[in-house]
Amino acid sequence: MSVSLPPFQVFLDSHREDVYRFLVALVGPNEAEDCFQETFLGALRAYPRLRDAKNLRGWVLTIAHRKAMDHHRSRARRAEPMAEMPERGATPGHETDPALWNMVRALPPRQRAAVVGRYVNDLSYREIARITGGTEQAARRNAADGIVKLKEAWER
Amino acid sequence: MSKIESKLRGAARRSVHATAAEAAGRLAARAAEAHLIDVAYTFVDTPFGRFLAASTLRGLVRLAFHPEPVDEVLSDLARRVSPRVLEAPRELDEVRRELDEYFDGRRHEFELRLDWRLTHGFSERVLRATARIPYGGVSTYRDVAARAGNPRAMRAAGNALGSNPLPIVVPCHRVVRTGGDVGNYGGGPEMKRALLLLEGALPEGD
Repeated sequence: MSVSLPPFQVFLDSHREDVYRFLVALVGPNEAEDCFQETFLGALRAYPRLRDAKNLRGWVLTIAHRKAMDHHRSRARRAEPMAEMPERGATPGHETDPALWNMVRALPPRQRAAVVGRYVNDLSYREIARITGGTEQAARRNAADGIVKLKEAWER
Repeated sequence: MSKIESKLRGAARRSVHATAAEAAGRLAARAAEAHLIDVAYTFVDTPFGRFLAASTLRGLVRLAFHPEPVDEVLSDLARRVSPRVLEAPRELDEVRRELDEYFDGRRHEFELRLDWRLTHGFSERVLRATARIPYGGVSTYRDVAARAGNPRAMRAAGNALGSNPLPIVVPCHRVVRTGGDVGNYGGGPEMKRALLLLEGALPEGD
């Protein structure tokens, strides 16, 4: 028997805020919109083939994480350091501490995803591990290492 | 907790409600362009309240109104057609236009393409016979049962009309009791009487 999936619109409405928050933290307010569209288009494409309707949030955040990684990689190829990303004006998802978020986005990818998953999206380390790959222990360590790095940079 | 952690947690509490809703609203256009919507739906305001209209690539597949709950109609479409169900108002502009014209009394026939996949067998034959009852006319349960191939299956014909996935467009309100009483209707007998009045099928003040 096939799984009973909610109508895609219901799925979108249930998870759009989590995904948006996650992406603003990972790629910044200017790029979050594009990544958001790519995430949900990717989800829509794969949706009918989904075999498990139990952890839809984890599933869509996994896609969002992948889109954010693609985004970072393409920026890296164009040799644009994240710290110099312009964050001007009242863009969607306006941030109050642009300096802090630029530091978050300058963390190594695994630390960045673990810190954002833990502190912005309030995910368990187990969920973070599912989203980014790797073990629960590694997710915990990545979050802790990320926080240490942020503190050092912040106090400098 | 240190300052950094509380700042990070602060972001989690900040509302992204409006921006996320706007971004989600923009998804439909891109999804339609990529042919990723199997069931597009929207809401249409009518004199009888808000209708839900849903269509597939084949045509209009579902119309629903009070008292049918929206979430149940959408779940049913997800289960029976495809889970790729998305609110996409632009995909139903034509449906909205024809319904507006109908309720204004300016349209007597719908030209919409219909997707009949939610009905089968005897029910489908009853509904296809019902679709041929002209504006301003009425028919009886006995008559549509006969035209569907079994004049004695009046109760089955009544059930088929009661579960019509395309009310208004497939005019089950034009099927009345043999004695002249309007009979049952999904939206209530008052709505049925009002539709027949709109179409001039009932004398005013009846």
